Amino acid sequence: MVVEAEVIRQNYLRHNKKFPHVWCPGCGNGIVLGSLLRAIHSLGYDKDDVVVASGIGCSSRMTTYIDFNTLHTTHGRALTFATGVKLAKPRLRVITVMGDGDATAIGGNHFIHAARRNINITAIIVNNSTYGMTGGQYSPTTPYGSRSTTSVYGHVEHDFSISELAITAGASFVARGTVYHAAHLDRMIEQAIVKRGFAVVEVISNCHVQHGRRNKLGGAIQMINTFRDQAVPVAKAKKMSAEEMEGKFTIGVLCDVEKPISTEEYARIRHESCQLPGELHDEDDQDY
Amino acid sequence: MDPRKPGERLLLQGNEAIVYGALAAGCRFYAGYPITPASEIAELLSVKLPQVNGTFIQMEDEIASMGAIIGASLAGVKSMTATSGPGFSLMQENLGYACIAEVPCVVVNVMRGGPSTGLPTNVAQGDVLMARWGTHGDHPIIVLAVSSVSDCFSITVKAFNLSEKYRVPVILLSDEVVAHTRECITLPQTEQVRVVDRIAPKTPPEWYKPYATNNRGVPDMAIFGDGYHHHVTGLVHDEWGFPTQNPKEIEGFHNRLHDKITKGFPEIMMTKTFDMADADICVITYGCVSRAARMAVKNAREHGVKVGLVQLVTLFPFPRKAIDSALRQCKAAIVSELNMGQMSREVNRVNQYDCRVIKHSRYDGQMITPDEITKQILSCA
Repeated sequence: MVVEAEVIRQNYLRHNKKFPHVWCPGCGNGIVLGSLLRAIHSLGYDKDDVVVASGIGCSSRMTTYIDFNTLHTTHGRALTFATGVKLAKPRLRVITVMGDGDATAIGGNHFIHAARRNINITAIIVNNSTYGMTGGQYSPTTPYGSRSTTSVYGHVEHDFSISELAITAGASFVARGTVYHAAHLDRMIEQAIVKRGFAVVEVISNCHVQHGRRNKLGGAIQMINTFRDQAVPVAKAKKMSAEEMEGKFTIGVLCDVEKPISTEEYARIRHESCQLPGELHDEDDQDY
Repeated sequence: MDPRKPGERLLLQGNEAIVYGALAAGCRFYAGYPITPASEIAELLSVKLPQVNGTFIQMEDEIASMGAIIGASLAGVKSMTATSGPGFSLMQENLGYACIAEVPCVVVNVMRGGPSTGLPTNVAQGDVLMARWGTHGDHPIIVLAVSSVSDCFSITVKAFNLSEKYRVPVILLSDEVVAHTRECITLPQTEQVRVVDRIAPKTPPEWYKPYATNNRGVPDMAIFGDGYHHHVTGLVHDEWGFPTQNPKEIEGFHNRLHDKITKGFPEIMMTKTFDMADADICVITYGCVSRAARMAVKNAREHGVKVGLVQLVTLFPFPRKAIDSALRQCKAAIVSELNMGQMSREVNRVNQYDCRVIKHSRYDGQMITPDEITKQILSCA
């Protein structure tokens, strides 16, 4: 374990250039970063073939620290840049890391359309129910009644489920994990990366500094322990009633379907219509 | 380039010629969103791009289109998008990203009447200053304008070449009149088209500094998947591409970003002049108005007026040198344009002589006619 951790640390972190990181002590982002690196490591990908794109926010800073082709884009737009990269060079493994506000508020349109398009990209969404970097304003996943710096009287809007949104919009694979269940999260991310088509992993994470503190949810450890108590594996949740599920959420693979991938279809059109055979690169089309 | 025979004479509209120009320049990726009067560019590219192993995608909006072409360019494929006013407004955010991260790409804005939804099917030139200053913060950018179908081919090639050479987004301003005018043009042979490509780094990945200063001022550009696994960000960054808050590095960063364009001024600033040798009055135009102005100058010459035309191909960086010599030479300069005086203000800004700068605007959604310009010329003579 220790040896593997050291191998990952040495191989995948830009340790000489970009540390210390910007995250607060106890932040869940580090756990997500660890899971992402372990997943890529266990898949044995060459890091030159991996592109990680992120938006703007605390979790999106992840791309600065990890040693792949990294693309730190504009707020909410990570998936649009990733779409361009994937279409232009299909052999690259494209992963995006976004926050809840990033992916589903300002980037909500891009998110649902990436899912609808079913393009072969993995989207990891770190959901901490707040805009941490800008000081704890309410986000699309801030629970009803919660206090934030822009809902000091209690939040009057309702949150939505990122995973259910992804399923409805047409993603091939949707999973939910938490920063408490780190080993489980490794597997979810690994499965999502391997999955052909648009794959989403929603990670329930803690922002004890901005969200926890204002809502008396405790510090980092207490918040993360709460995820342990609230998370119910998919199989178990099926046997539970709606009342029993009150205040809880499911974790695991929520959706895993096979459906045509738009980029694969487009590659076919290109093969059929290309009039310059010299320009065709078959190896590029392998991983559409 | 195009499966049609090069050298063949074709009856094309401006929007179609832009497509052929882009393909000749090596564009192999297009992302866009439908909008009048630019949609023909997307429609034709959706047919042509797969034929040359390229990619076309219709995105969910213009913000996404701009993001996608930046992504594709970072992966090593020359890319473009096309839009009109409202879409161009949406693109400004990611356009700034292309400026700061120095990502080559071409953005075509087929101008229509604004502001807002404005006049979707009418001509205007109201986006000139927005093309220069639309995205926030100090940023270098190149803005070119086309006036004919043949320009639409050749200036589009030029736009790609400048974009690749200087690692800067290039805005190609067309307008509804040029876009939909049909003219006969001969496409040049593929080998006659001069194509410039970005310079790839030769240093090994561990020594590669993605944003290092060199004598060209334009850093060598590694592309994703080529073994450099570098970092690209919209934050102000150091030579390694990582965010910095060091005042010295921030200042140096801004200076280099602007210096690379300054160094290229002689090549970037393009103007065309007609009958200027003995002129004491000049008409300054760009885009479709240049066509009416050519006619007006000819007519006024027949009345014995010594008038010439300065047509701006490059709008920004503002071709100060060409304008300066025209202003020094003439007693009056008429700036004819389809807006409330955006370029005449620029001309006035650089005017150091006794030359009278006359704003000649039309903004009723109609084209300026040669007669209107002739009238202006005669009133100054």
